[in-house]
Amino acid sequence: MTKLIASRDLDWHPPPLAPDYRSSRLRSPQSARLHYDPTATEMTGPTFGHSMLGDLDGDLILNYAQAGQAAIGPRIIVHGKLVDEDGRPVPGKLIELWQANAGGRYRHKKDGYAAPLDPNFGGCGRCISGEDGSYSFRTVQPGPYPWPNGGNDWRPAHIHFSVFGDGFAQRLITQMYFEGDPHIALCPIVQAIPSAKAIDTLVARLDMDTTIPMDIRAYRFDIVLRGRSQTLFENQTEGL
Amino acid sequence: MADLKESPSQTAGPYVHIGCVPTFAGLEDMFDGTDLGARMITGDPEGDRITLTLKVIDGAGEPLTDAMIEIWQPGPGGGFGPTDGFSNWGRQPTAADTGNAVFETLMPGAPKGQAPHMFVWIAARGINLALMTRIYFPDQDNSADPVFTLAGDRASTLVATPVERGFTHVIHLQGEKETVFFDV
Repeated sequence: MTKLIASRDLDWHPPPLAPDYRSSRLRSPQSARLHYDPTATEMTGPTFGHSMLGDLDGDLILNYAQAGQAAIGPRIIVHGKLVDEDGRPVPGKLIELWQANAGGRYRHKKDGYAAPLDPNFGGCGRCISGEDGSYSFRTVQPGPYPWPNGGNDWRPAHIHFSVFGDGFAQRLITQMYFEGDPHIALCPIVQAIPSAKAIDTLVARLDMDTTIPMDIRAYRFDIVLRGRSQTLFENQTEGL
Repeated sequence: MADLKESPSQTAGPYVHIGCVPTFAGLEDMFDGTDLGARMITGDPEGDRITLTLKVIDGAGEPLTDAMIEIWQPGPGGGFGPTDGFSNWGRQPTAADTGNAVFETLMPGAPKGQAPHMFVWIAARGINLALMTRIYFPDQDNSADPVFTLAGDRASTLVATPVERGFTHVIHLQGEKETVFFDV
């Protein structure tokens, strides 16, 4: 038997059905997920090279802005390390992010919130993790916004992350929140995560060491992908 | 060994397109105007070309029109290594009107010990942890495939329907026809 990627702890993640998050009611499968250990299919995945990136892909302050202009909002660096559960850096992996602008409005056909679009802000960026797993973006701090969930619901300020790993079994989409945001405790999407300890790992910390004086503040957010199994067998690409 | 836990998943939300398929969100010029994974056939690869049309249906019988689907599949030879003119990975949004996600790809081969299949990964509003499932093909011997057989009497929910020049496949999130999803 081969098992190169450690099993996922499903109890650590939000369950499929979180009734207070209304959209999950009709979109949550009702049968339990069937478990198998990753095969060659899930231990592999797409690879992306630095050559596909443009110079400003990771700079949301400038990558949608007219020449000589910049996005409006609190300037921040969002940075951290992509590691696995064993603490190993995960280099060379594509990290994509997207977010609302400083007023809480997304540049998306379906978002009609009253806050205006910023003509100089697109809201997406991407980068590839470095040799030590590090990544860094420049952006503006997104605003909180209301969303239709049946009540007076406001999302905490957040940035969405999409991350690739060595194998598709490690593929992950999550959201990053900001230290001190009172909406974190009120949000049904966040609170679908079973434990406060797990939620805390999605809260970025103000990082004064990386903050550049008189220029831009920094927030630190480390991303953890599934680790490797303790046991490594030789026939690692055999089926199950 | 560090004692870390995987970052907990959160839904991709309704605006996943901005980050992953920006032209679909209306950001036509972002990243040179090309959405990653939009084209799986990038040259003139050997193999049988197929059109795979996927649809995801919710518990009310309505198609998801705001989802993002990725597929990862073996090439015609059954391997996952690079093939000239072909990408094993594809990514498509479900269309805002029909809910269809259309992949122009090659018929997958059989990896060692498995039947020809595609791995499917679905992220959307209301889905807290991206869903994993597989697609198998009706004209293949799936009986010895360990994942297909794991699905038991629900394995038929994993089998695509042949149409002219390809296949369609409907993924049901709930109900009597609920698709088998995996924890891999």
